Amino acid sequence: MKVLYFSWIKDKLGKSQEEIQIKDNIKTINDLIILLKNTNENYKDVFKDISSIKVSINMETAKYEDSIQDNDEIAFFPPMTGG
Amino acid sequence: MIKVQKNDFSLNDEMVLLKKRYNNIGALSSFIGIVRDKREDEKLLSMTLEHYPGMTEKMLNKINNEAINRWDLLGTTIIHRYGKLLPGDQIVLVISASKHRKEAIESCHFIIDWLKTKGPFWKYEKTIDKGYWVDAKSQDLEEELKWNN
Repeated sequence: MKVLYFSWIKDKLGKSQEEIQIKDNIKTINDLIILLKNTNENYKDVFKDISSIKVSINMETAKYEDSIQDNDEIAFFPPMTGG
Repeated sequence: MIKVQKNDFSLNDEMVLLKKRYNNIGALSSFIGIVRDKREDEKLLSMTLEHYPGMTEKMLNKINNEAINRWDLLGTTIIHRYGKLLPGDQIVLVISASKHRKEAIESCHFIIDWLKTKGPFWKYEKTIDKGYWVDAKSQDLEEELKWNN
């Protein structure tokens, strides 16, 4: 699964994207966040308050409880500031 | 017409294009967003716009289609820049073309309000001694909501 990071999330993690191998027990965005938080302190810090983080699945705005699959592209970013 | 680009744009050139492309235009309404020269009280050196290539085009098309569904429009232009910009630089252009003024003015306002909160852009402002990711404003969300999503 391709996971992208933008804005301060990218800065804090020190990367803009990564490939993550997910197992069958990762069924939703919430599950993915738990997996990432268990990786190291950086992820734990980034995802400590997920109310300030938005998510998309295959470039469509998504919710934390939405289902994900191995070939999905997931992105995490703060609220958008276009215009 | 949607464009996501690094380069600058010309309001005049884009209006000429719209007038060439569509017949019977009676009203053109436009909005241009510009980089301010201050961040609160500090002098701003630059603003860098990061975006999500692919999703940006998708969202801009969605916003554009929503405007076309809600108002009787002849055509629209949305140009959003990304990359490093300096104070005074143009960031975004919206033009709505219609037969009558009400549709053009309202849809132009709607498009920029939705771009603020639905366009996958993030702004990084640099002052002399610091850099900041710009936080989304609650006021922008309120402006978006008034259009009854």
